[in-house]
Amino acid sequence: MEETIQFKLNGNPVRVAADGQRKLLWVLRSDLGLTGSKCGCAEGYCGACTVLVDGEPVRSCLVPVGKVQGKEVVTIEGLATDGRLHPVQKAFVEHDALQCGYCTPGMILQVVGLLRKNPRPSRPDIVKFMDDNYCRCGAHARIVQAVWSAALAISGGTNP
Amino acid sequence: MKSDDYLELDFSDLPAAWATDRREFLKILGGGIFVFVTVGEAESLAQPGRRGGPGQSMPSDFNAFLKIGEDGRVSCFTGKIEMGQGVITSLAQMLAEELNVPLRSVDMVMGDTELCPWDMGTFGSMTTRFFGPPLRAAAAEARAVLIQLAAERLQAPVAELQVEEGMIFHKQQRDKRVSYAELTKGKKIERRLEGKAVPEAVGDFTIVGKPVLRSDAQDKVTGKAKYAGDIRLPGMLCAKILRPPAHGAKLNSVDTSAAEKVPGVRVVREGDLIAVVHQHPDVAEWALSQVVAQFDPPKVEVDDRTIFDHLLKVAPEGRTVASGGDLKKGEQLATTLVEETYLNSYVAHAPIEPHAAVAKIEGGKATVWASTQNPFGVRGEVAGALGLSAENVRVITPFVGGGFGGKTNNRQAVEAARLAKAVGQPVQVTWSRAEEFFYDTFRPAAVVKIRSGTDGSGRIVLWDYREYFAGDRGAQHFYDVPHHSTTSHGGGWRGGGGPHPFATGPWRAPANNTNSFARESQIDVMAAKLGADPVLFRVSNLKDDRMLGVLKAAAAKFGWKPNKAPSGRGVGVACGTDSGTCVAWIAEVAVDKGSGQVQVKRVVCAQDMGLVINPEGARIQMEGCITMGLGYVLTEEVRFKGGEVLDRNFDTYKIPRFSWLPEIETVLIEAQNSPAQGGGEPAIIGMGAVIANAVFDATGARLRQLPMTPDRIKAALKES
Repeated sequence: MEETIQFKLNGNPVRVAADGQRKLLWVLRSDLGLTGSKCGCAEGYCGACTVLVDGEPVRSCLVPVGKVQGKEVVTIEGLATDGRLHPVQKAFVEHDALQCGYCTPGMILQVVGLLRKNPRPSRPDIVKFMDDNYCRCGAHARIVQAVWSAALAISGGTNP
Repeated sequence: MKSDDYLELDFSDLPAAWATDRREFLKILGGGIFVFVTVGEAESLAQPGRRGGPGQSMPSDFNAFLKIGEDGRVSCFTGKIEMGQGVITSLAQMLAEELNVPLRSVDMVMGDTELCPWDMGTFGSMTTRFFGPPLRAAAAEARAVLIQLAAERLQAPVAELQVEEGMIFHKQQRDKRVSYAELTKGKKIERRLEGKAVPEAVGDFTIVGKPVLRSDAQDKVTGKAKYAGDIRLPGMLCAKILRPPAHGAKLNSVDTSAAEKVPGVRVVREGDLIAVVHQHPDVAEWALSQVVAQFDPPKVEVDDRTIFDHLLKVAPEGRTVASGGDLKKGEQLATTLVEETYLNSYVAHAPIEPHAAVAKIEGGKATVWASTQNPFGVRGEVAGALGLSAENVRVITPFVGGGFGGKTNNRQAVEAARLAKAVGQPVQVTWSRAEEFFYDTFRPAAVVKIRSGTDGSGRIVLWDYREYFAGDRGAQHFYDVPHHSTTSHGGGWRGGGGPHPFATGPWRAPANNTNSFARESQIDVMAAKLGADPVLFRVSNLKDDRMLGVLKAAAAKFGWKPNKAPSGRGVGVACGTDSGTCVAWIAEVAVDKGSGQVQVKRVVCAQDMGLVINPEGARIQMEGCITMGLGYVLTEEVRFKGGEVLDRNFDTYKIPRFSWLPEIETVLIEAQNSPAQGGGEPAIIGMGAVIANAVFDATGARLRQLPMTPDRIKAALKES
C-alpha cells in the first residue's frame, strides 16, 4: 500500500510516496538517490547499511520505511557539517581505518551511535558494540584505534 | 577510477573516431608530455588475440602511460583497479616521488577500458612488483624531458637545475624558475620508455617509503565513493534473476503470472535468463519471490564430508613441480619418518560488496560499470555475449568493495548487458548475498600428503610432497633438504562439472594458504617428534637468508623462548613465501578445551618485501591478511550437498569480527635496495599453520584440517 511518509533526512524534511513495508535502505538508495548506505547481506548480519534513526544506529535493510515517519534519519552523507568532517570520519581517515571502503559508512555510523551512549569506551566496550559490523578487508585493528581517537576528539581531555 | 571526473562519461561523450590510431589517441588526451610504458606483464600481453586486433581500441604497444598535462597535473592511466589494496595511493606515490611533485597533484585513472591501455587484471600481488619499476622509470623519463625543456627556457645547463614540488629552479639563482605547467603548455611531446633515465636513488626518496594516508579515504568516509551498485542512470531498471536451487538443476516449469501483476514490474526472458525488472531493486526482488518455478534437482554425488575422498579418487597423474637428490636415499638416511595428510575445505571470497554491474546500450555500443578485478576481461565477455566487437564495449570500474580473487568472475556484468539489450533500457544487476555464495568461485577444497624424514642430527633429509587440487603456488618448500620432490595433482581452477561440484577460482594468495598450512604443520610435527624447539628446528634447516631474517625478526619481536612443543604456552610459528615476499609469523592462542573454542591472542608477523613504497599501506595489508586469515583457519568452510550450496548468508558462514581480533604486531625488514615485492597477499598464507602449531603447543592436539572448528578441535583433543 503506497502511503506518504515524512521524516527528517540529514537535517532536511523529506516526503516519500512508498509502500510503508519497503525497507528504509532501498528507499534511501533507490527512491532518494543516497547511495552511501550499502547493502552487504540484506538480512541484518553485516551492518553495511547502518544509519541513525533518532540518534540510534539501526540496520536500514530491516527497518520498514513506514516506521521512520516523523523521525530523524542521518546517513553517511549527512554526517559532515558545512563541509567539515565529523570527528569519527576524521579519525577513520587519520587512522587508515578502511580499505575497500564498502563497510565504512555503516562502521562510522555505528561508532557515532556508540560514542553517543558511551563517550569513553574501553576496548571490550568497542568490541561488544561493533561486533556485528563486518569488515572483510581486516581493518578492525585500525577501526578500534579510530574509535579511541574520535572519543578523545569529541570529549576532549586525555587518554583514560 | 577518479570517479567524479570519469564516471559521468560514457560513449556519447567520446569522439566517434576513438580507435586504434596513436595520433587520434593523443588528440583526445589534449596537450602535455606523455610517456608510454610496457609493464612486466609483456608475456601475457603478447598472447595472440589479447593484443591488437579489432578488439583493441587504442595503440597496443604499451599498457600504461602517464601524462603531465598543461595544468602541470600528473595523470596515470592504468587498467589496474582499486579494491582496498591501496594501489591508488602507492602508484601515485611512486610518480610523485620521481617527478618531484606533491602527491596531491597526481590523478589516477584506473580500470576504464576506453581511457586506459589493456591490462590483464588486478591480482597476484603484481601491481607494485611489476608496475612499480617501469612506472618509476617513466616518471624519471618525463622529468628528464621537463628538465631539458627548462634548461632551454632558462638558458642554463641541466646540471645546474633542480626540481621541487613541480617547479624547476636554478640551483644558485632561485628566481630563475619555471613550472611544469608552464613548460607543458601548448606542447605535445610523446616518449616511449627506453629506460635511459635513471630513477631517483633510494636515499633521495622523500615520498616513497614514507607513511602516507590513503588518497581515497575522504570519499570513502563521506559516502561519496561510488561502487558499481551506486551508479544511477536515467531510465535504469533493476533486475533480479531466477536462480536454480543447485548447480546442475534443470528448470522444469515456471509460472511468472503473479510477478507480472506487480505494478511497474516487467518479466524478461532472454535465452536462459528469466528476470524481473523494476525501477527499485527491492520491488524487483519481491516480484521475483512471486515467480513459481519447478527445478529437477541433480543427483547428489559429493558433499562437504565426502569431497576429500572424491578428490583423491578423481585426481589425475601428478606433475613434478620441483625435485632434487634421490627420495630413496633420503629414506635410507632418515631415522625418523613422518607421514601426514592435510585437508582444506572450500572457502568463499565473501567481499562485503556482492557482485554488481550496470549496462547501457546505445547506438550499437555498450557501456558497462562493473565491480571487477579485470575490466578488460569484462569487455571481452560482454562483447561476446552481445555480438559486439570489443571496441564497441566500454567498461568502467568504479571503486570495488573487496575482491580477493572473486571478482575475476564477471557473470553479473554479462547478465546486466544481456538484460539491457533485451529491455532496451539501462539495467543494473546487484547480487544478493545468497547469489554471491552460489556463484562464487570458491577456493578449491584440497588434500596434501607429505612424507618427510630427519636424520640423527635433526636435519631434514627427505621431503616427498603431493598436493591434490590445491594448486602449486607455494607448494615448493624452501628448506635445505637434499632429497626432495614436490608433485602437483590436478591444480588449477575450473568452472563446475569437473572434479568440483561448482566453480573454483583464485582466492587471496591462491593455493599458497593450503600449501603453507600443510608444509609448516609438517615441519612442526617433525620438530615435536625430535623434541626440538620449532623455531630453532627451522633455523637449523634453512639456508635462505631472507627467510632466516624474517624468522629471527619475528622471534625477537615476540620474545620467543625456545622450548619443545607441547609446552602448554600456546605459542606457534610458521614461515612462508609468496609473490617474492618472505614472511614469518608467531602466534599465541588460548584453547578452551571444553568448548573447543580458540582465541588468538597475539600475532607477530615479520615480512621482507624488498623496497617498501608505502610502509603504512604495507602494514595495513599485513594486518588485513592476518585478520582475514583467521576466518579460513577457524570457521570458514562452504557446506554443500552436490551442487546445492548450503551457506547463503553470514548467519552460517562466519567471517572474522572484532571479538576475534588478536593483538597484531608487524615488522617490515629494511630492504630498500631490493626490488619491491608483493604485499597484498603474502601475510595471509601462514595463518593456518601458525594457529595449528600454537593449538598443538597449547594442548598437544594436532589439527590436520582447516578450518579448525570447535568440533574438530574437540575430536583432536580426544585423539591426543
